[in-house]
Amino acid sequence: MKKKDIQPIRDGYGNALIELGKTNPNVLVLDADLSTSTRTNWFAKKFPERFIDVGIAEQNMVDIAAGLSIEGKIPFVTTYGVFVCGRAFDQIRNTVCYSNLNVKIVGSHGGISVGPDGGSHQAIEDIALMRILPHMTVVVPCDHHQAYKATLAMAEMIGPAYLRLAREATAAITDENSAFKIGKAQVLTEGDDCAVFFAGTIGDEVMKAVEMLHKKKMYPTVINMHTIKPIDKKCIIQYAKKFGKIMTIEEHLQAGGLGSAIAEVLVEHYPVKVKMLAIFDRFGESGQPGVLLDAFGLSADKISKKIEQFITEP
Amino acid sequence: MKKIECSNELRHKAEEIRYDIISMIAEAGSGHPGGTLSAADIGTVLFFNEMNYDPANPQWEGRDRFILSKGHVAPLFYTLLAHAGFFNRSELMTLRKYKSRLQGHPVSYMLPGVEVSTGSLGQGLSIASGIALACKMDKKFYRVFTLLGDGELQEGQIWEAAMFAAYRKLDNLCAIVDRNHLQIDGNTEDVLALEPLQAKWNAFGWHTIMINGHNISAILDAFREFNEVVNKPTLIIAKTVKGKGVSFMEDQAGWHGKAPKDDEVIQALSEIKARMDA
Ligand SMILES: Cc1ncc(C[n+]2csc(CCOP(=O)(O)OP(=O)(O)O)c2C)c(N)n1
Ligand SMILES: [Mg+2]
Repeated sequence: MKKKDIQPIRDGYGNALIELGKTNPNVLVLDADLSTSTRTNWFAKKFPERFIDVGIAEQNMVDIAAGLSIEGKIPFVTTYGVFVCGRAFDQIRNTVCYSNLNVKIVGSHGGISVGPDGGSHQAIEDIALMRILPHMTVVVPCDHHQAYKATLAMAEMIGPAYLRLAREATAAITDENSAFKIGKAQVLTEGDDCAVFFAGTIGDEVMKAVEMLHKKKMYPTVINMHTIKPIDKKCIIQYAKKFGKIMTIEEHLQAGGLGSAIAEVLVEHYPVKVKMLAIFDRFGESGQPGVLLDAFGLSADKISKKIEQFITEP
Repeated sequence: MKKIECSNELRHKAEEIRYDIISMIAEAGSGHPGGTLSAADIGTVLFFNEMNYDPANPQWEGRDRFILSKGHVAPLFYTLLAHAGFFNRSELMTLRKYKSRLQGHPVSYMLPGVEVSTGSLGQGLSIASGIALACKMDKKFYRVFTLLGDGELQEGQIWEAAMFAAYRKLDNLCAIVDRNHLQIDGNTEDVLALEPLQAKWNAFGWHTIMINGHNISAILDAFREFNEVVNKPTLIIAKTVKGKGVSFMEDQAGWHGKAPKDDEVIQALSEIKARMDA
């Protein structure tokens, strides 16, 4: 990698919305009093007549968006992941998904890397909640470039979709030219020692871990599962066959997250051992993002040790 | 859509609707007769006098939108749609059966005329507000109607939407509350009191109208008044009797979600028939 390209992925979202503002008159943006944090204020400044701040009322926001989508609008409903997926779950389930409406739900502040705000603000169950819903698409981009492309792609597809963002500035591990297609996993590096699947900005830590492993002459294959639903079964099965075991890494509860989604595929089609690095049946807590990631076993250092163990264990 | 102008004819139509409602719930063996019957007169006036739509073209852009927020009274909605010509009346007897388009609560992608799936209470006013806002953004002139239960008003989201619609001056939005005073566990004033209800909505910035929800001309007048209001959404509080039109169901919380059986069906239908023939 050349110069370090470090930016929060919510910036990619904010920029993509501006692009959509210019190119797609049907795109509207809704927020619930967090427009600075979520970057929807960039869109609001440029397209005030197409920005709707509903106030601190997430349930209303989701159903307002439902109504707008019925009339052909493409609403991007945005707030912290915890609040939209939790507070408005019934609205997402019973109105948006059950009616199969073209509503885009964007949860910023996914994962423990949200940091000092603590467990109440760190969405670590959002992927589980969204991926279980019929009709729903779930996308978890890894960096600001991918968040940009994922936002544009979500506007193109028809139907409900969830986009998970994160707060921290993280290093880009793709660039503006990398291909992105919803539902198509992205192999970031090929190696002969094992296969590691991850989703989200934790990819920054994963790629740093891989660099550390290269120094030890260990070469994992790393796959970015930016789409959790529909999941790329072919890719999962292909690498399960190649290595006979799989490792998954995510900033999410183990229950219902990426690892679970991959395990569901493998248990049915090609059972192999799945080693999951995730958060295990607990809430997040306050702290600096780096400190938290390390404490939860998700820093580059800890990840590299786990991968090494995974490669060397019988 | 050919409108029925005469109050007597509308009254007769409402009884036809009631007749089909009882028949279909009886056939299904389950369903919600109480709130279905209490809203039958309002629904009839809406569908056969007030609203513009085209059953041959359910997605016609200029149609007025109707959102059944209290989705459990689906049998009323289905009967209105069938009588309006969206599908054949015979299909009503498939209610709640496997493979039927007439699900226990309305599902939009199954049945023409249903804008959105409902069944989880408290959401219709928000959805209707979203539609009304889109209408304003697009500088169109259709109107949005939504039917709410009174117990349903206990949902917090209703009040989020109440603030939103008033703040956004959605004068193309008309919500009707079926004020039958009953919810499942009893009288609304005993479970979680709603009164003073009209004052609350006034305070939220709505234009409110209080009527007898079984008086056809009062319902007609209320919609006429709604059409004159500018810069405010309208709430019609329709005072009704739950189970209206079937003597043994009237004002009985127990008939909220129970189908009549055998003799009950015969009696209910004969009471309705007697009024139709009178
Ligand atoms: C969110 C939600 N909670 C609970 C229910 C179960 N439920 C169905 S009908 C009903 C009572 C509704 O009372 P009201 O709104 O007064 O309706 P009506 O009297 O017109 O039948 C309840 C609690 C539901 N459908 N949705
Ligand atoms: Mg009631």
